[in-house]
Amino acid sequence: MPPDSPPVAIAAPEPSISAAPGLLALFAAFARMSLSGFGGVLVFARRGIVEQHRWMTAEEFNETFALCHFLPGPNIVNLSVVFGSRFRGVPGSIAAFAGLLGPPVVIVTILAVLYGRYGEIDALRRVLAGVSCAAVGLLISVVFRMMMPLIRKRDVVGVVVMAAVFTAIGVLRLPLPAVLLVAIPLSIGITIAMRRRVSA
Amino acid sequence: MNLNQSPIWTLISTFGLMSLFAVGGANAAIPEMHRIAVDVQHWLTDKQFADVYAISQLSPGPNVLIVTLIGYAVAGVAGGLAATLAMCVPTALLAYCVSRLLTRSSHSRWPAIIQAALVPLSIGLMGASGLVLALTSDRTWTAGLVTAAVAVLAFATRLNPLWLLLAGGLLGFAGFIG
Repeated sequence: MPPDSPPVAIAAPEPSISAAPGLLALFAAFARMSLSGFGGVLVFARRGIVEQHRWMTAEEFNETFALCHFLPGPNIVNLSVVFGSRFRGVPGSIAAFAGLLGPPVVIVTILAVLYGRYGEIDALRRVLAGVSCAAVGLLISVVFRMMMPLIRKRDVVGVVVMAAVFTAIGVLRLPLPAVLLVAIPLSIGITIAMRRRVSA
Repeated sequence: MNLNQSPIWTLISTFGLMSLFAVGGANAAIPEMHRIAVDVQHWLTDKQFADVYAISQLSPGPNVLIVTLIGYAVAGVAGGLAATLAMCVPTALLAYCVSRLLTRSSHSRWPAIIQAALVPLSIGLMGASGLVLALTSDRTWTAGLVTAAVAVLAFATRLNPLWLLLAGGLLGFAGFIG
């Protein structure tokens, strides 16, 4: 069975929520989610928080994630801090943050040392070249998955904004801050204008 | 040596600033990382950048770990830690403060509007990441073919991404990528 198959979505959602986790439990849970997360931790975070530990309902999780997604920075790191603070205040934030980042940073640093020492070996170079081709393919598939709702909704404005940002950053290689300082106010302005027109 | 010239300080200021503009997460900031690390600061070559991205995807944990690897290449273990914290702490503090503010007024319509406005933007950024990385990684037509095949497989199936990465590594080892 593929490990990504949807886990028992048919079962009636049980409203029972477990007791608030302690600091050690927060650290351990985020470390475990992070270490199982190849190619992104979100799936494992949802599984751990909602299904396994029942610390949040699915709706609460979606709301929390939406907040962390529209704020800048690594989404899942933001989520760990918001989640930890909700249960245990600032110490909870630090525990979840440290659990999410600590163990994988150690692993990736070991890989960096190995790469520094053996990166010139021909066989390793070939393997890494193959892995990076595949990794790029994975990223492109995520982009297409995210695009589908825009296309299904026939969101013309969204598609134009998306294409403009893609061109500015990917093709013209303009600096990110400059592009966003123009694109964010413009996109928010257009969104508000469109909503007014729809409700008028 | 002047503090402003120390590489650790450059890493902290670079990634601290970048994190505040990383709308859509770390993967959306890849073109900016490439622009600064390869084109502006010359910390890495194009090939090394592609390798670093591959290693970050091969290791478990959040996508932001590519920053640890860039920092390590610049200034060793301390550089890796400095870059990681610079990329994560400012926005984590921001997220903490905003979530505290929003728990009271969660029925405001502003979050919904901002979200609707930012989603297409972050998809555009991630698409740009895909293009920049494809241009650095896919040097041969067979490499482009592997990328395209993985993109289609990952889009159409629910295969664990790790298997696709390992398959790519095997094809590379076999000399298919060229």
